[in-house]
Amino acid sequence: MTTGNGAPVLQVKNLTVEYETPRGKLRAADNVSFELWPGQRFGLVGESGSGKTTTALALMRLTQLPGRIVDGEVLLEGVDLLGLSENRMREMRLAQISYVPQGAMNSLNPVMKIGNQIANGFKDHNTNIGRSDISDRIVEVLQSVGLDPAVSGMYPHELSGGMKQRVAIAIAVSLGPKVIIADEPTSALDVVVQREVMLTLRRLQEEIDAAVLIVGHDMGLMAQFASHIGVMYAGRLVEIGQVIDMFDDPLHPYTRALIASLPSTSRRHRLSGIPGLPPALLELPAGCSFNPRCESVMDICRSTDPDLDQIREGRFASCHLYTGAEVGA
Amino acid sequence: MSTILEADHLTRVFSRGVFNKVHNVAVNDISLRVGDDNPSITVIAGESGSGKTTLASMLLGFMPPTSGNIRYQGQDIHSLKGDAWREFRRNVQPIFQDPFEVFNPVYRVDRILTQPAKLYNIAETDDHALELVEEALRQVGLRPQETMGRFPHQLSGGQRQRITVARAFLLKPKVIIADEPVSMIDASLRATVLESLRELKTELGISIIYITHDLTTAYQVGDTIYVLYRGSVVEAGDVEKVVQEPSHPYTQLLMGSIPVPDPRVPWGENLAPISARDERETATTGCAFAPRCPNAFETCEIKPPPHYGLNDGRAVMCYLHEDRPVTNLDSLMASKSDTPN
Amino acid sequence: MTLQGSSSEIPELSLTRRFFRLLSGNFLLLLGLLMLAGVVSFTVLGYLFVDLELARLNSAPISQPPSLEHWFGTDAVGRSILALLVIGTPKTLFIGLLAGICGITIGTCLGFFAGYVRGWADTFIRIISDVLFVIPILFLLVFIIEYFPVGAVWIMGIVIGVLSWMGTARTVRAQVLTLRERAFINMARASGAGTWRIIFVELMPNLTSYLAASFVQAVSGGILFSIGLEVLGLGPANSQTLGWSIWWANDYGAVLRGFWWWWGSPVVMIVIIFLGLFLTSLGLDRVANPRLRGSS
Repeated sequence: MTTGNGAPVLQVKNLTVEYETPRGKLRAADNVSFELWPGQRFGLVGESGSGKTTTALALMRLTQLPGRIVDGEVLLEGVDLLGLSENRMREMRLAQISYVPQGAMNSLNPVMKIGNQIANGFKDHNTNIGRSDISDRIVEVLQSVGLDPAVSGMYPHELSGGMKQRVAIAIAVSLGPKVIIADEPTSALDVVVQREVMLTLRRLQEEIDAAVLIVGHDMGLMAQFASHIGVMYAGRLVEIGQVIDMFDDPLHPYTRALIASLPSTSRRHRLSGIPGLPPALLELPAGCSFNPRCESVMDICRSTDPDLDQIREGRFASCHLYTGAEVGA
Repeated sequence: MSTILEADHLTRVFSRGVFNKVHNVAVNDISLRVGDDNPSITVIAGESGSGKTTLASMLLGFMPPTSGNIRYQGQDIHSLKGDAWREFRRNVQPIFQDPFEVFNPVYRVDRILTQPAKLYNIAETDDHALELVEEALRQVGLRPQETMGRFPHQLSGGQRQRITVARAFLLKPKVIIADEPVSMIDASLRATVLESLRELKTELGISIIYITHDLTTAYQVGDTIYVLYRGSVVEAGDVEKVVQEPSHPYTQLLMGSIPVPDPRVPWGENLAPISARDERETATTGCAFAPRCPNAFETCEIKPPPHYGLNDGRAVMCYLHEDRPVTNLDSLMASKSDTPN
Repeated sequence: MTLQGSSSEIPELSLTRRFFRLLSGNFLLLLGLLMLAGVVSFTVLGYLFVDLELARLNSAPISQPPSLEHWFGTDAVGRSILALLVIGTPKTLFIGLLAGICGITIGTCLGFFAGYVRGWADTFIRIISDVLFVIPILFLLVFIIEYFPVGAVWIMGIVIGVLSWMGTARTVRAQVLTLRERAFINMARASGAGTWRIIFVELMPNLTSYLAASFVQAVSGGILFSIGLEVLGLGPANSQTLGWSIWWANDYGAVLRGFWWWWGSPVVMIVIIFLGLFLTSLGLDRVANPRLRGSS
């Protein structure tokens, strides 16, 4: 999965997040490992409760109690974010690794002008630019997401959902971060606006050669936006690969079912959902968590949990169907 | 044909302000008809602000129209009294978008099934009612012992929405108005709920008005489609034709914007390039879509276009089809009812 | 109903256990209820063990400070303060409860009516409540009682209640306006429920903890008004309430003459009642409003 740019910009190793609940500890993200390379758009897909948002928040070190990061490393250009002081981490956020939260349009401060909200980013990170330069930069940033510079003097309630989402993206890219994490950035937007916003994000990300981690549950959106996909199920990454490869030849039965459940616009067919329901994280079945819903379930699946193994170049899957077929290292 | 539910020139205007009244036309002159000798799924498609939820509220009798009327078996629903009104209520049932909000948080989930069973006298005894409720739950793939007796927050979104579909299986109404029934549940679980809707049509002969912003699911389950833009039907007709060869520029934009689950197909390759326009902008006099329309010309800014009838029975509200005869939505439905699907 | 009890896998908590679980996490509610329980047991024990004959004129030595014989001292006309407290506390509580019940009942009914029916009913009720809101109630009560002298304790309670429903009505209306837009109300309508069923079976249970908090506030408001009137000498004649005791003490110049136990004892009792009610209403508020829970 190398893209030839030398080294990965973000390496996530064995990231594990646990939540303390009255009924016991549950692992919302279990041993999650993957790499992001500059220019890559990595889509993290899964049903609700699969741990995709937990993983995204943990990368930003924004995990809230009762959740705790109990294990793992998050290396941004070799520096372990989990080991930094809170002050150092604050400097890294936005400048090096930025976040577009779920429903980002509601994350804007309702009583502050858009321009000031963008300027805050410059000020907080002591970028040595003067007052007039800041207003120049605000205009630049707004134009980069296709908004009129006049938006700078407006309040969030004067903007539509799509415009607010563009502002959220403008803030996220304003300091030229190396990694952008976007959690379902368009889930509340109409399909037309969704396309416009996502294409804007893609253009900006290509301009600054950042890596994007996009979290979502819509495989259609991933097919159009992502260059690589990681599929999560019950807190685990179960398959990783390049987007075309994944759609051409999904390996894990869960990935296969996810793709098959998508309604097509070119022909009418009987809709096939994934049978059953995602498991409760407190009562995971023995063996592979997907086994009760799996079409290709074997005896071993009910007892042994498969590892995420490399199946071929750039392709990883965690499934007993392929345990014999590994390539040597 | 016998018509169960029919809406004639429905318009709903919201006004606010006391002195300088601001009028917002949420639904503008919409007519549609649902019959029972040929159960069908009618799709009302539109984005947020298109008026689709207002239309649903009016069809369910929760909100009176500003003008126009809704008739149930020939009677204006707002003139119905007593048993006739209960009969309408029982036979025109909703499925709502948010499968959490439909449950009263202080009660157990089964109440949504047992309450109508009791109030509409569907079962003679409690035991019989229990039997019917359990049967309805099994019909949508839920195990009664895992759902009954729970509180709403103890179930997942998919389970909750299946319970509201089970409610339809239990009540067997004549018409179901489903307002975005799958938009708040996971993509992988949508298929199951949509298949149940299709079963309601084919097995129980229930006509469904499926309201959605998602043209892919609309295409999969729908028979007829009405595409709404700012309260007006801009294109209506057979779902296969509308989705495969959209003829209104707005329908084309909607179709082109859908992220196709195939990484080899570029996203919206045939669409005009993105410009930084404000999607809230509206024309006050002409076609509501004109400010965003890549094909807009002078006439579009002056006067809203009428519906033009295409050869395949579609009605399109756009001057690009000016050479076609002017039609209205009533004639569209009349021709539609002759062709069984 | 047999339908709902069936095949439930979730262990059902009994009502008492739910009540104790509610208390364990809510220190304010616990403290408030304990104080009120203390006041009630004081009167119950008092009726059982204290010689209430000592509340008559000249039944005890005059103006004695607290002693072993008369724990709370005696007043200048020869009555035991303890006996007066035992008799006065329940009467004052009774006025408060009556005023609270009247106020909350009227307020809830009108609030529900205004919020659910809207239109002319809403406008009409809002105008009345706005008018009553701006008139100081104590002033109005003084006026009414001056012209229609109140003969009994219970009449006073009702008069106060009838004049203090506006706050409840206003907030209940606001709650109902937001609740009635929720989808579960429309679902109930589609299930064949009529207006009354929706109000009492669907909406009301969602407001119980909130109504309980309002009720407690209404009770303390009623007590406050009644004491205010009595201290001014406008209460029912010979009512023997706590406010009436304070009026006597004041009339005999107990403060100037240094008889602190005479005026002090009823004041302390009133303070305990108010604190108890106040903490209870704060605690109930915390139950009704989950957003406040995190900050405690």
